[in-house]
Amino acid sequence: MTGLLTLLRKELLRFFKVSFQTVAAPIVTALLYLLIFSHAFTAHMQVFGHVPYTAFLIPGLMMMSVLQNAFANTSSSLIQSKITGNLVFVLLSPLKPWELFVAYVGASVIRGLIVGAGVLLVTVWFVPLTFAEPVWIVVFAVLGASMLGALGLIAGIWAEKFDQMAAFQNFIITPATFLSGVFYSVHTLPAFWKVASHLNPFFYLIDVSATAFSAPATYRPGSACSPHCWATCCAAALRW
Amino acid sequence: MTLPAAAVRFEQVVKRYGRHTAVDGVTLDIAEGEFFGLLGPNGAGKTTLISMLGGLTRPTAGRVLVQGHDVQTAPQAARRRLGVVPQELVFDPFFTVREILQIQSGYFGLRRNAVWIDELLHNLGLTAQADKNMRALSGGMKRRVMVAQALVHRPPVIVLDEPTAGVDVELRQSLWDFIARLNAEGHTVLLTTHYLEEAEALCKRIAVIKTGRIVALDRTDALLQRFAASVLYFRLLRGTLPPQMAQATQQAGRVALPVRGPLDVEQTLASLRQAGCDIDELELRRADLEDVFLQLIGAGR
Repeated sequence: MTGLLTLLRKELLRFFKVSFQTVAAPIVTALLYLLIFSHAFTAHMQVFGHVPYTAFLIPGLMMMSVLQNAFANTSSSLIQSKITGNLVFVLLSPLKPWELFVAYVGASVIRGLIVGAGVLLVTVWFVPLTFAEPVWIVVFAVLGASMLGALGLIAGIWAEKFDQMAAFQNFIITPATFLSGVFYSVHTLPAFWKVASHLNPFFYLIDVSATAFSAPATYRPGSACSPHCWATCCAAALRW
Repeated sequence: MTLPAAAVRFEQVVKRYGRHTAVDGVTLDIAEGEFFGLLGPNGAGKTTLISMLGGLTRPTAGRVLVQGHDVQTAPQAARRRLGVVPQELVFDPFFTVREILQIQSGYFGLRRNAVWIDELLHNLGLTAQADKNMRALSGGMKRRVMVAQALVHRPPVIVLDEPTAGVDVELRQSLWDFIARLNAEGHTVLLTTHYLEEAEALCKRIAVIKTGRIVALDRTDALLQRFAASVLYFRLLRGTLPPQMAQATQQAGRVALPVRGPLDVEQTLASLRQAGCDIDELELRRADLEDVFLQLIGAGR
């Protein structure tokens, strides 16, 4: 266990040492989204009758930050280690593949949760939130973060240069998280885009999180989907 | 009765990258406690062999064993017994020297390793740098940290891939003193280097590798004797070398010719005169590894 815990500790230290960039920055970004979108849309957007737009926005915003940061942690750690070459010290160690997997993904989950908690902490003052199912909020955050952590691991293993990693991030992760119904209700979309949204695995992750907060979920059966995606990603990363 | 397992064993190891064959059927045993040198020109396959030994590259065919443990089928057991200093100067910019060594110890399951870490820092002249960030260190200091990283788990087999490339004289000396001490304490050492005088001074046995094949494998002194006792150096001012001096090598206008004794020298000079050669700057030196190396590598080029 010492090997696994050491790698986990190293991965945590790695982002703690630059926490301004890895924790504070994403929280500020989420706060900016909240200020801009709530200011621009509160008057115009009716998501679900009685629910204020800001209250609809916050759970999704939190989950989006969790997901993006979990992905960023594994992917940036791996690509940096690959490009600077110091990954060799991990590869030469007797750590087993599953230990590498658990340590890398574990660190990304912890970073995701810290950022998610931070987002809640700074946004909760804007509108009274309900925490209908606090346990499920945490469970979905952990599952979502580990899914994205595993995806970051895959991207980190695949990418050979920063450029490829940026492409993965900008053309897959960012659009998928932005088009997942964080900023709008999928119900308001035209039929085609509604179907497209339902094909986006990030939609379910955001959606179940919103359910747990008891903001009305737009697609409840989706909750079954996210653990499924998570398992698929884990399996793919392990095989690598 | 079973023979004691070799510290390192390469069995018919082949590595192909597409059509290119980097390692072409290498079989090699390195005994426990040996100080072994692996020499060869750039691209000969030395680093590929080391990568396969460390489990970083899969052999296309054959097996690599560390103290009897196959690096492919028993990677954990093999890696615990192996300490590799990679050739490229690499480091983790997030940590201090001591943190790096604590982390590396942890990877090998060692929780309390402070005494040995302090000893490593002391022996590698890193004590004053212990709490500095890796980024703040000079190239030579980073190299020392890499050596310390490879040794945190006291591996019985130490592999050094060109450890003194770009390193000042002082470190080379202290590094070799330390490695020689570890070797005397029973650690097996496998060294690849470009500095042939280092290999000659340290290695008891040497393999010379060329385009993925072992072209010579012998005790260092036997290797030196086998090829030439001495070397005659001279500058050729006029004329061409007679055909019987085909084994001569030329570098920067100076000819190096292996000779076997005084009689051989006399005959060589006589045949040069007969061939109408004018020579200058005549010098006779005891053969060193460089001469052997040039002959081996030059042969059939």
